[in-house]
Amino acid sequence: MNEELFVSGRNIPNIDPFLNIWHWQIPIYLFLGGLAAGILFFAALFTILGKADKMEATVKKAPIIAPIALILGLFALFLDLKHELFFWRLYTTFRIESPMSWGAWVLMAITPLSMVWVASYAKELKQGWDWKFDILNKFEAYVIKNRIGLAWIIIVLSVILGIYTGILLSAFNARPLWNTSILGPLFLVSGMSTGAATILIMSKSAEERRLISGIDLLLIVIELFFITHMIMGFQAGSQTQIDAAQLFLGGPFTVPFWVFVVILGLVFPAILEIMERLGVHMPVIIPVVLVLLGGLIFRFIMVEAGQITRYLY
Amino acid sequence: MRYAMAIDTLKCVGCSDCVIACQMENNVPLGFCRDWVVESVHGTYPEVGLELRSERCNHCENAPCVRCCPTGASHIVDGGIVLVTQNKCIGCGACIQACPYDARYSHPEGYVDKCTFCNHRVTEGLDPACVAVCPTKCMYFGDLDDANSDISKVLAVRKFKALAPEAGTNPHIFYLV
Amino acid sequence: MKTRREFIKISALGIGAAAIASQSNRWGLGLPLYADENNSNKTGKNKLVPTYCEVCFWKCAAWAHVDNNGKIQKLTGNIADPQCNGRLCPRGTGGVGMVYDDDRLKTPLIRVVENGKQTYRKASWDEALDFIAEKMKEIAAANGPESIALFNHGSAGGHFTHLLKAFGSSTITAPSFAQCRGPRETGFETTFGAQVGSPEPTDIRDTKCLVLIGSHIGENMHNAQVQEFSEAVDKGATIITVDPRLSIAANKSKYWLPIKPATDIALLLSWIHVLVNDELYNKEYVAKHTMGLDQLKEHVSTFTPEWAYGITTIKPSVIRQTAREMADAAPSVLIHPGRHVTWYGDDAQRSRAIAILNGLLGSWGARGGFFMKESAGVPDFPHPEYPKPKWSWHEVLNGKYPLASMSVSNTFIDASIKSEDNKYPIKAWFVAGTNLPVAIPLMSQMQKALQDLELVVVVDTMPTEVTGFADVVLPECTYLERYDDLRDVPHRVPTIALREPVIEPMWESKPAWWMVKQIGERLGLHDYFKYDDFEEVISWQLQQKGLTIEELRSKGIVVLPRKSESPYLDPKADYKFKTPSGKIEFYSSSLATAGFDPMPVYTKHPEPEEGFYRLIYGRAPMHTFSRTANNPNLTDLMDENSVWVHPKIAALWGLEEGKYTYLRNQDGITSNFPIKVRVTERIRWDSVYMVHGFGHNQKELSRAFGKGANDTQLITNVMIDPLMGGTGMRGNFVTFTSTGPTQDKEAAI
Repeated sequence: MNEELFVSGRNIPNIDPFLNIWHWQIPIYLFLGGLAAGILFFAALFTILGKADKMEATVKKAPIIAPIALILGLFALFLDLKHELFFWRLYTTFRIESPMSWGAWVLMAITPLSMVWVASYAKELKQGWDWKFDILNKFEAYVIKNRIGLAWIIIVLSVILGIYTGILLSAFNARPLWNTSILGPLFLVSGMSTGAATILIMSKSAEERRLISGIDLLLIVIELFFITHMIMGFQAGSQTQIDAAQLFLGGPFTVPFWVFVVILGLVFPAILEIMERLGVHMPVIIPVVLVLLGGLIFRFIMVEAGQITRYLY
Repeated sequence: MRYAMAIDTLKCVGCSDCVIACQMENNVPLGFCRDWVVESVHGTYPEVGLELRSERCNHCENAPCVRCCPTGASHIVDGGIVLVTQNKCIGCGACIQACPYDARYSHPEGYVDKCTFCNHRVTEGLDPACVAVCPTKCMYFGDLDDANSDISKVLAVRKFKALAPEAGTNPHIFYLV
Repeated sequence: MKTRREFIKISALGIGAAAIASQSNRWGLGLPLYADENNSNKTGKNKLVPTYCEVCFWKCAAWAHVDNNGKIQKLTGNIADPQCNGRLCPRGTGGVGMVYDDDRLKTPLIRVVENGKQTYRKASWDEALDFIAEKMKEIAAANGPESIALFNHGSAGGHFTHLLKAFGSSTITAPSFAQCRGPRETGFETTFGAQVGSPEPTDIRDTKCLVLIGSHIGENMHNAQVQEFSEAVDKGATIITVDPRLSIAANKSKYWLPIKPATDIALLLSWIHVLVNDELYNKEYVAKHTMGLDQLKEHVSTFTPEWAYGITTIKPSVIRQTAREMADAAPSVLIHPGRHVTWYGDDAQRSRAIAILNGLLGSWGARGGFFMKESAGVPDFPHPEYPKPKWSWHEVLNGKYPLASMSVSNTFIDASIKSEDNKYPIKAWFVAGTNLPVAIPLMSQMQKALQDLELVVVVDTMPTEVTGFADVVLPECTYLERYDDLRDVPHRVPTIALREPVIEPMWESKPAWWMVKQIGERLGLHDYFKYDDFEEVISWQLQQKGLTIEELRSKGIVVLPRKSESPYLDPKADYKFKTPSGKIEFYSSSLATAGFDPMPVYTKHPEPEEGFYRLIYGRAPMHTFSRTANNPNLTDLMDENSVWVHPKIAALWGLEEGKYTYLRNQDGITSNFPIKVRVTERIRWDSVYMVHGFGHNQKELSRAFGKGANDTQLITNVMIDPLMGGTGMRGNFVTFTSTGPTQDKEAAI
């Protein structure tokens, strides 16, 4: 029988018996960040493709959610900081090897840009809106003229935003559960899927809904593929990764993951959307809520389970 | 100049003097520790054996905590010692996630803390507090780049291992076995 | 500041500014209010005050580092001290925690009855001291001053010994004899004519073969011994450890003999058999310095390794092999006498066997064996001769334990119980620095004694269990706040170390020297306390040795030259040992005349019945007895003990790692508190092991109360050694139970 124990009574809060230093704030931020990334991606994409007028909700209405989500997400991040009053240090330097530094600067860039995007459609969304200041009107005109350029910038930043949330976790190779390069694309696709779901619920055009739900369906299939690939990768990895995968294959996270994330969050909404395409109508809110909840729970599980996995002890 | 520590597991008795001396020297708050002692037992009675290891931050050459720090608070100084600049740390916890040795912790005052190899003593030519107090003298501290240092000499003749070398961190704490 | 209003405004600003300043390091203004690294310990910034540690009896000389705010920052060892070589053990390093512990005794307390319930009320020093002096006079008038006894351990004992002797009582005892090392003193004295003493004169650093039978060096933290043990490991010494448990020392041994408990004498006798029969003993040494070899040879002729195998479960080949290793290394071989050796009631004889083994190998006086220690010999501060008491600890023995060279504390307890045939009744106890209910088993006897005593005074720093029984509790300040006698321990070289107060005594605590002077003066004994401050005593004593107190203050310790040139005996020279024959006695005439076995024999001891397991206890290197269980720095390392259970037994009982169980012993006593289970392969299946000193029952010890279990509580079967009165404690067996008293109920002690 093997034993491994601390002789010196180590029992550090949040570190022992297993790491528990990131709480609800991080998954909330990851979800909101991914959501905003997805929404902005589609808004920019369809603007570039010239379909802005046909995809009104995508391009003009849904982006309202983006800055709100980003600001709430940033606030959650701020709450997570333990030395919060020094947060401004993030913006005194750019550390190329630190995904968190990337994230800080991308957020710093994309949040005002998303607000500008939304503001540029203010007159279309609300009748009689007036900026009151001449300089703002001039600025609005400038933006409207250069929307394609802005869309290109936003599409790049939104992909970075969506993918960095996954790379942030996968860069921590000390946490075997996160140490897989599939996490970046997986989080991006998941974020885009939640973004598409949000657009769905806000859309009033049946054509738009059909296109977006088709994209969402494709994204869900890709996500399922990524998840399968990830778990297979763990099972073929080192012992620490095999142990990490066990958390989902018989361990304490098995039920929440497979039931809430995979079945209810991915498979079931996919089936509903297929049925919708085949003519069986149902309230669009059901698959949308399931996708959103699935995305949120997925991030909660990944953050909590990942901290439990470790190299030593 | 590359500072490192070698700890002789054959001489260590697990008294944890290194833990409490560090606590006194560095004002580590109660309930937290910068170093700790692990006992690893194997076998079946009476063919039983055990290993004792005093562990701490490994001051890795390829430190994941320094790489992932968004503000540059985690940095490496002369000698390869990894330190945290307290007024640059935002307490985001990324470095705690990044460390495969679970060597860092969140100090009650908000910043992240860990073993500093007693840099304030090393710069004055003294040994870290843990090395200086160890009653069995099983801890060696010195410069790997100096062939005449005690640590270089002992690593040349003894079998040793490091923790989790597969993590690719290139740690600077060696256990003589 | 012309008008009143102005003055108030400015001071109001002052307060505001201060508030902002104290918050500003949280506002991240980037001001260098944090150091990059912790700089408060930059060398040269702290004031160094010399002291010697009091956490255990080793008394390592140390330096206290005091910062600019007058707080003790840390303690480090004095490099000139051979007891510690500049490195303190974890308890010594953590000694600071004792000073700033908020649970400390703060004021004198006197027992009163309030609303029909007994309780303590705070008292002034004058009240408390007057009360004590009055009572002492009363008791002395009725029963003689000899009826006032002292139980002591540590530096406080020295002062109270002086007080009692001045008053006319030598009824003084220390539990460290009959509850700890007594048997080996008797065993070695009857063999070599000299006790082992404290600290042990073991030349571990130069030994070629170290045999540990009943010693868990590394878990017991005798500082210099652990240091030398490490040196011996480095030098490749052969280490042989005999222990039913894989101790830390066993793990570092070339041979670990996992012996069946209570059979050690059989192993020792078979080793003697091999040495004598195979003529492996040190022939020159034995011929020159010993007597009784022929009787010994005949006595051990049947104690073959095969015989021992059946009793101890150690294979005969291993017994022979280890005996050869010892012989090969002789005379640089050391069969360690152990420290706490009160196990089964035949312990003095077992220590005799160890002494005989050492004698056969020639280790007494040899390099790598036992060195001849020397102390500095600090003279007593001048005082009138002590009055001669009519009776003393020797009479209290009541004719028993003829080989006891020091007082036997359990006899004091018996003598305190009212009885018709009690010729030497003890009426009062002073208890200084020892937590009696946890140090001495046989709680039932102690309870009876406590009911009959007329005065119990407890002197302590912490509200330990014994304070619950006192009539008066006197709060002693910690060793870092007082002067005490100069440290004068015997070692390879004589040393004198100074203990200087580092900070002023906290709360209303006082040093023991002040307490005894106050009591002494109230008893009219002014002539014995002709000084105002103990500093005068120390200065005078140092002067007699040609030293000054200033010198000691700057160095902390002074090493003096030996009187005899070498700490080792010249094996060629003649030497007269203090035994009846003048030689090392393998056959002890003093034992024979006293009616005991002149050479050790093996007796089978009771074994646990089914479902019960032998209770073995020991030490942890981060704690000392029960006295450190509340120290915040040390509880950080270990805050409770656990019961070690073999995996098969754990499976049998359904005990899970980390869960808690109560322990019940063979006499039906259940532990007050449940104890954590550690399932480990390091312990035999017929025994369980726990560290001594936990399971505290005093709520005032906020960190220690209710943590772990108290092994002394479960030691109700005590086997008394007929030679010297030692209380053998390892004959108790426990079983596991899930029911026990909860922490809220009144516990057994």
